Amino acid sequence: MSSTAAGVLFLLSLVAALAVAYRFVGDYLYRVVTGTTHSRVELAIYRLVGVNPRGEQSWGVYARSLLAFSAVGILFLYAFLRLQDLLPLSLGFPGVMTHGAWNTAVSFVTNTNWQWYSGESTMGHLVQMAGLAVQNFVSAAVGIAVAVALVRGFARKRTDQLGNFWVDLTRITLRVLLPISVIAAVVLIAGGVVQNLSGGTDVTTLGGAVQHITGGPVASQEAIKDLGTNGGGFYNANSAHPFENPTSWTNWFEIVLLLVIPFSLPRVFGRMVGQNRQGYAILAAMAVIALASISLTIGFESAHGGTVPQAVGAALEGKETRFGVPNSATFAAATTLTSTGSVDSFHDSYTALGGMMPIINMLLGEVAPGGVGAGLYGMLVLAVVTVFVAGLMVGRTPEYLGKKIGTREIKFASLYFLTTPALVLIGTATAMATKNHETALNVGPHGFSEVVYAFASASNNNGSAFAGLTVNTAWWDTALGIAMLLGRFVPIILVLGLAGSLARQQPVPESAGTLPTHRPLFVGMLVGVTVILVALTFLPVLALGPLAEGLS
Amino acid sequence: MRLPSWLAQHVAALRALLVFTVLVGLAYPLIMVAVAQLPGLDDRAEGSLVSNAAGERVGSRLIGQAFVDRDGNPIRWYFQSRPSAAGDGYDPTATSASNLGPESVVDTLSDNPDDASSSLLTQVCARSRAVGELEGVDGRRPYCTDDGVGAVLAVFYRDGLTGPITRVVSVNQTGTPFLASYEGVPVESAQPGVDYVAEGGVITPIRGGAPTKPTVPSDAVTASGSGLDPHISVAYAELQAPRIARERGTDLATVQRLITHYTDDRALGFLGEPGVNVLELNLALDRDFPR
Repeated sequence: MSSTAAGVLFLLSLVAALAVAYRFVGDYLYRVVTGTTHSRVELAIYRLVGVNPRGEQSWGVYARSLLAFSAVGILFLYAFLRLQDLLPLSLGFPGVMTHGAWNTAVSFVTNTNWQWYSGESTMGHLVQMAGLAVQNFVSAAVGIAVAVALVRGFARKRTDQLGNFWVDLTRITLRVLLPISVIAAVVLIAGGVVQNLSGGTDVTTLGGAVQHITGGPVASQEAIKDLGTNGGGFYNANSAHPFENPTSWTNWFEIVLLLVIPFSLPRVFGRMVGQNRQGYAILAAMAVIALASISLTIGFESAHGGTVPQAVGAALEGKETRFGVPNSATFAAATTLTSTGSVDSFHDSYTALGGMMPIINMLLGEVAPGGVGAGLYGMLVLAVVTVFVAGLMVGRTPEYLGKKIGTREIKFASLYFLTTPALVLIGTATAMATKNHETALNVGPHGFSEVVYAFASASNNNGSAFAGLTVNTAWWDTALGIAMLLGRFVPIILVLGLAGSLARQQPVPESAGTLPTHRPLFVGMLVGVTVILVALTFLPVLALGPLAEGLS
Repeated sequence: MRLPSWLAQHVAALRALLVFTVLVGLAYPLIMVAVAQLPGLDDRAEGSLVSNAAGERVGSRLIGQAFVDRDGNPIRWYFQSRPSAAGDGYDPTATSASNLGPESVVDTLSDNPDDASSSLLTQVCARSRAVGELEGVDGRRPYCTDDGVGAVLAVFYRDGLTGPITRVVSVNQTGTPFLASYEGVPVESAQPGVDYVAEGGVITPIRGGAPTKPTVPSDAVTASGSGLDPHISVAYAELQAPRIARERGTDLATVQRLITHYTDDRALGFLGEPGVNVLELNLALDRDFPR
């Protein structure tokens, strides 16, 4: 079978797996977030935490609980990283220095998992599993909780109650993320991913040199790293490392893991608002963008344009033999279409246009399908913008699912969409103006792309990188930490505000002038608004980087 | 005593974090470590270690190795792995890709080796030439000079990007340029330490006359993502087979059978690409044809 035919089958098998999961995982998620019974373990947790699981919260209280939980998470992780040398299983690594600990603490709490460090030479086993991986779970649960709160805003009427943050957090972690992670970890171990507490084994190679075979609780972390769209690798090489991703089928499995929850959440949306077809519409918009992006990435990489790929005869630099070009390109697109940021090949060595695709995916705001939760709420905010634009065209008051999109709602929605572009563009401009871009490994347009990639990745909470950029300096750690923090929590507050304002409304009955939001026309408009918003915002910056490199 | 609500919220947050740290940060990974001890999983969870005929552990089936001597020269009786950017090569404590981009074509030349660095193009060219010499085949590639560096010119135009050409420099060569003249203008060799891009030269890679499909396969001249790639392509293994047969005193067909045996095919016939596991193959050679 040719490489291209195998690549097409690979893509089709992913689509099939996700189509099956949409219904099952979606329905399961729906039952989890709408259920009213509490298990005994959950009741014990609520008692330990000291919260009443029956009390619901207004959007302000929900947001404050979420922010308190995240703030405590950052402080706790910061202290953990600084003091790791005093704790067991540190493997002899020193405590992490100040700006590095700040960056990593923010990075994992914001579901970004940007990594300035090399896991195998910086982090001990305890901080990996009890520090970093804990945030892999709870930051993912926070994202899903926010999305569910927004959907409640659409589904409910004349109330200020959006649910209980602590209940959402606990249920999503214990009933969704943990069980799937357990199964996924066992599957990954069967594929060859390591799972031990060893500091490593020294062997003498056939060539007579000493090789240190590393150990660690990798499978348990790998599972939630992908499932929670986190992306922080146990090792520096991330999912390219044979101990994180040993075979071509674990590669397929990891791609499914990182796409399964984001692609299933529209089902939860459809069911909660009582119309499955609304979920299908959102799913369709996500799928159209995702398929286009993945196909383009595979196409650009397979065509291997550029001097070095032409000299080599394939875009194989930074890619593993067992995955090959099409599957690596699929992973690259999937990891940036979601907010995952794990990589099975190194994007910095991609062709100019192939490497532009991950940047565009992130700049799209990661909505197709986006990070767990973040993708759904991003797409729903875009849907709000779309009905607003459509309303302007025909001169009617825009409404979505019976809720009027008035001044207040559109303010929240537009501020949401100004946040990340502002962070990306101001961040990039500041780096260039202060000459901090000089830590880039590559020169010219490619060096500029490395800087744009860094801020796009941090502001959209992705975490992947054009890894040639050296970022373990005080300036980069601090600046990207700020970008991650604002890029996560400003949009979350705006989304919760929007949810609060929607929940208060009495739905207006559908009339002849209502734009149906489950038809292909709406899906097409939604895709159009998503792409055009990004194209208008970012075309100049792309022209200076990857386009300049790819078209010269 | 009743705490103010903002403080109560943070106390609840801290308690919640501690509860989750115990549940998903300690219990979950430790239980998975315990599950990993089950027969059938334990060997993989420990790193898929492999031993030689004498029973000594020599590596992991999943982690590639550099089959080179102390000086970094290829050991002729072993199949060679791909180039690696992990530390000094295949170092699992420093996994890495090169991260050099598709237009990394200009070397930094310097008399001081610490300041000098090779572009990705020159690395590819040098590897291709070295593999060609080792295997006794044509190591030429497009955009490469015969002496194994990137064939790249800095072309100076009178008006910046337009006008007649005033000067041409072969930026990666200090010796004789690979081209005597370009568009009628004689080509100079490069001076170490000079940045020809900053001086206004337009970087112009020259395709040259190398075959479109080079004899040395792509994976033999590129570093992998992890720097620990345990595989090489079937094409690269077959290129090395005659040398191995010679060095091991056996026939080519036997070596080719071993290659087929240690080829990991696409999973389910369509996932990923086929690859030859180099460590397992070399271990089999040591076992069947010891030196």
